[in-house]
Amino acid sequence: MTVTTTPGGRTRPAPDQARGGLRPRRYDREEVVTAALFVAPALVVLAVFVLYPIVSAARTSLTSWNGYSPTKPFVGLANYVALAHDPALWNSLGVTLLYAAGVSVLGVVSGLAVALLLDAPIRGRGFYRGLYFLPTVTSSVAAAIVWRYLFDPSGYVNGLLERVGVAGPDWLGNRWWALVLLTSLTVWKSLGFNVVLYLTGLQALPTSVFEAAQLDGAGTWQRIRLITVPLLRPITFFVVVQALITTFQSFDLVYVLTGGGPRGGTEVLGMFMYREAFRLGHFGYGTAIAFTTLFLVLGVTLVQWRASGSGRSSLR
Amino acid sequence: MSRRTATLARHAVLLAGSVTVVVPFLWMVTTSLQTRAQTYTSTSVLPTSWHWENYAHAWAAAPFGRYYLNSLVMAAGIVLGHLVLDALAAYAFARFRFPARDPLFVLLLAMLLVPTFVTVIPAYSLVAGFGWIDTYAGLIVPRLADVFGIILLRQYFAGIPQELEDAARIDGCSRAGTFVRIMVPLSTPAFATLAIFSFLFAWNDFLWPLLVTNSDEMRTIQIGLASFEGRYGTSWNYLMAGTVMATLPAMVVFMAFQRLLIRGIAMTGLKD
Repeated sequence: MTVTTTPGGRTRPAPDQARGGLRPRRYDREEVVTAALFVAPALVVLAVFVLYPIVSAARTSLTSWNGYSPTKPFVGLANYVALAHDPALWNSLGVTLLYAAGVSVLGVVSGLAVALLLDAPIRGRGFYRGLYFLPTVTSSVAAAIVWRYLFDPSGYVNGLLERVGVAGPDWLGNRWWALVLLTSLTVWKSLGFNVVLYLTGLQALPTSVFEAAQLDGAGTWQRIRLITVPLLRPITFFVVVQALITTFQSFDLVYVLTGGGPRGGTEVLGMFMYREAFRLGHFGYGTAIAFTTLFLVLGVTLVQWRASGSGRSSLR
Repeated sequence: MSRRTATLARHAVLLAGSVTVVVPFLWMVTTSLQTRAQTYTSTSVLPTSWHWENYAHAWAAAPFGRYYLNSLVMAAGIVLGHLVLDALAAYAFARFRFPARDPLFVLLLAMLLVPTFVTVIPAYSLVAGFGWIDTYAGLIVPRLADVFGIILLRQYFAGIPQELEDAARIDGCSRAGTFVRIMVPLSTPAFATLAIFSFLFAWNDFLWPLLVTNSDEMRTIQIGLASFEGRYGTSWNYLMAGTVMATLPAMVVFMAFQRLLIRGIAMTGLKD
């Protein structure tokens, strides 16, 4: 994972540092000026549209702002207190956690399974990989629309079930089925991505370990369970973090597939925030929801990072 | 189990998986070519009729041409922004020594963890304050730079041997000149990868365009499709024709540049 945090920070002497020997300064002035000019455009955009909004959101979450009035009445922690007592939050949190758990587990299992199947000299490898990747490049709106009509009470899936004599359920009218569909749709959409990650990981594994295991008489399953899976832990960590980020930020898929319904059954945190802020005009409350989510994501990622132990080795 | 059986078993499982992956796409295309009556009764995922006029009808029922144009303009702006702004910043982080470089980079990494909807409300009121609602500026400017691209390019730049730049510098080339003449030509694959990622992101993006566009005139293809769904939810054939139209460009880009895209994912996912 890893993005190394020691940027090209090699201390090897740059050609001009030989000259710079005359003025022993820590940084080369011309280099710093050039760096500032290079970094400035991107940093300005990110500062104005990402960093400032974070700070501003922290402030807004302490007000009862309605989104358009010039004044933002300060209410202290009232939004957070109200949030703690809001059944909609607890519902949304429960839904999001179930969703996150489902997408993580199924994402890891399906991604790893397909990658293991593809990690062999078989014909049509590139074809399969490309095929499994198609859903990932499909827009959430298009994917959710198609799924929604596939699982319509009079849609394709129930039509098939009817043929074999089974009365299909009203998939999106039942909160549990709706959540199952949302989870499956999300896994379907991220499958290609996970497969590519696992495939790259598999290709980087040292073959010597497997040869040794084979000599020791380890079977295929044993090799997968005792060697491959543990060695792929950094990838699994990345896949899970990715799943957490996707589900805790999920909005598009839910918006189109279910709109958060039925009766809040799929109202993930992103949808809950959207409804409060943009439908009901509770911007202060909405940002409080967003901030609560941010802390949750940071907390869960940190715990994950600690637990997997992979963070330390990769973030040098 | 002989090797041959094993390979056959592999293919069987992979094919079964492929069917699950592909059925929604087949159904989308098939439905888009049916009459309205057929859409409710057909249980085939392969086209049995070819009503291409559904596409013309969908195209006329909503300003899809305009949606396409808006999406293209927005995507072009964002791709260009990422290529220039991300590359400049990435080069500075990869090669220059300047105060607070490492803390700044960690700050960028931390930004990746922040859910979009934390920033979306204040960013929205900011853009509204600038009078940018319903403008290309509102769609593009806030997304001109992104952290992902900076990280991707920085990784790539850091992997290029510094000797080439050193040689150029000794020959009297300026730092900016070295970047433009040496680094940029050497990094074409990374730029191409970033361009594809950014295009797909922009083409498929939903929440931000949903918020900053009000008029049908300024809607991007995804927002247009979602609103089309609201109006044509019972005419599945027209709806699916619209969905195909909204999906096609991204599919084409993917098919054409699959290799670059997949390598890009491997590059960000696993570099130590």
